[in-house]
Amino acid sequence: MSLDHRLNFVFKALTFVAALSILGIVMGILIVILMESIPALDRFGVLGFLGGRDWNYSKEIYGALRPLVGTAISTGIALLVAVPLSLGTAVFLTEICPHRLRGAIGAAIELLAAIPSIIYGMWGLFVLAPFLDEHFQPLAGKVLGSVPLIGGFFLTRSAGGVNLFTASLVLAVMIIPFITSIARDAFSQVPDVLKESSYALGATRWETVKKVISASAATAVGGGVIIAMGRALGETMAVAYVIGNRHAGLDSLFSPYTTITSVIANEFNEAGGIQLSSLFTLALVLFIANFVALGIGRRLVKGKYQ
Amino acid sequence: MDLLTVNNLNFYYGSNKSLDDVSLPIRRNSVTALIGPSGCGKTTLLRCFNRMHDLYPGNRYEGEILMDGRNILDRSEDLISLRSSLGMVFQKPTPFPMSVFDNIAYGLRLRRIRNSALIRDKVEKSLRQAALWEEVKDRLKESALGLSGGQQQRLVIARTLAVDPEAVLFDESTSALDPVSTQKIEDLMIELKKAVTIVAVTHNMQQAARVSDYTALMYIGKLVEYDRTEVIFTKPKHKMTEEYVLGKFG
Repeated sequence: MSLDHRLNFVFKALTFVAALSILGIVMGILIVILMESIPALDRFGVLGFLGGRDWNYSKEIYGALRPLVGTAISTGIALLVAVPLSLGTAVFLTEICPHRLRGAIGAAIELLAAIPSIIYGMWGLFVLAPFLDEHFQPLAGKVLGSVPLIGGFFLTRSAGGVNLFTASLVLAVMIIPFITSIARDAFSQVPDVLKESSYALGATRWETVKKVISASAATAVGGGVIIAMGRALGETMAVAYVIGNRHAGLDSLFSPYTTITSVIANEFNEAGGIQLSSLFTLALVLFIANFVALGIGRRLVKGKYQ
Repeated sequence: MDLLTVNNLNFYYGSNKSLDDVSLPIRRNSVTALIGPSGCGKTTLLRCFNRMHDLYPGNRYEGEILMDGRNILDRSEDLISLRSSLGMVFQKPTPFPMSVFDNIAYGLRLRRIRNSALIRDKVEKSLRQAALWEEVKDRLKESALGLSGGQQQRLVIARTLAVDPEAVLFDESTSALDPVSTQKIEDLMIELKKAVTIVAVTHNMQQAARVSDYTALMYIGKLVEYDRTEVIFTKPKHKMTEEYVLGKFG
């Protein structure tokens, strides 16, 4: 075998090992999380753990229900706020914005994605939380507080603005750049001639966006939203700063609460025994949810371009 | 009778003059073919008729295109009604990603027509006019993206016809199709001119000769010659026309 051949073989082997090591790391992480979860799953059962309301250190009973609800609600509100804003921004950037401004606004959005999440947490704690506490929460309480059944969820029961709603808004701001840039790419992939076909039938810009561009880009945008959802599910620092970390029944959107990530971040250092195992089980739930979201999202985003 | 009268039309892409003093009539209920080598301005001229250039910044018209006595190049022209009265069919088929039915109904719904019986009738009539009804009547609810290329192009024609245009502008609309589909669309053009006026940009000399009543030859933004098609192809006045239709350049 010549030197060239041997070098080629070594090079191939090295790249193969590199690729394999990534897979190995992922599998390793999954295996560790699984192993560590076993004691908690053994003690509480899968459904018992997922449906358990308690997070009780003295009785050593741990259930995931509250963190799950907190993660679901904060992610849900974040998407409700972020999706319309992001889609509006993407439509503006691709269809309305003058070419000269496009680059600048696009860069600003990318910059938003580049801000470390701890900084969002600081902003949420020092700026957004007091602002909402002072200006938004009293208004929401006044307008919605007397609605039967759900009114209570809009009443402020503890001061300071550190609560589930503030965490949701911080999450919304954090995922806006992801949804915007995926939607912008999807919209700009719609062929000009398809848009022209719509205009040629006498459609206005709004009608073209609403009916033709959105229909062509829907799958990819849906994928982008799911990817963003995955990010919101897993976001930790910013949420841990502003959510308040309280294991109690959810009485209001403006009360401190808890999420999967904030429990893990707050308790992992000092936990042991069944509590530690319970935290690992929460991590497992998050791992699976994120894996599924990313898988589906990427498939949708790609599918459109193939 | 003229549907459109082009008088001394200049058109600029930015500072680049791409139509230079073009004048010609577009006669009602006839097929006018615009021919000429690539870059001669024939598509640019076609897109002046429905003001498609206005979608992009930095373009400018000079001169006039008269339609019913008014200059459609005026700033005050209502582009929405202009575009629905001058439909356009593009080079590649452009079905919208929705059902066959919704594609045809698109223009009607833009006009706020809500009566579903009326829409159904109009969809069927337009599809029949475009010689597509028999092929798609059982799959109206299916995605238009599943049709063949030739069917998609006839779908686009039907979609254009559904809003009762005065004219249909064809922009090399058969160049991406196979010979059989091309033949069907050419037959359709001849049939359709009973109801509408047709302007067709084409690279295909045989197509211009077979289908059109009038032919305009353009070269580098100028109109070289406009006449009845048989005159253009048998005894043109200009040497350049003769050479072009014989395939000596272009």
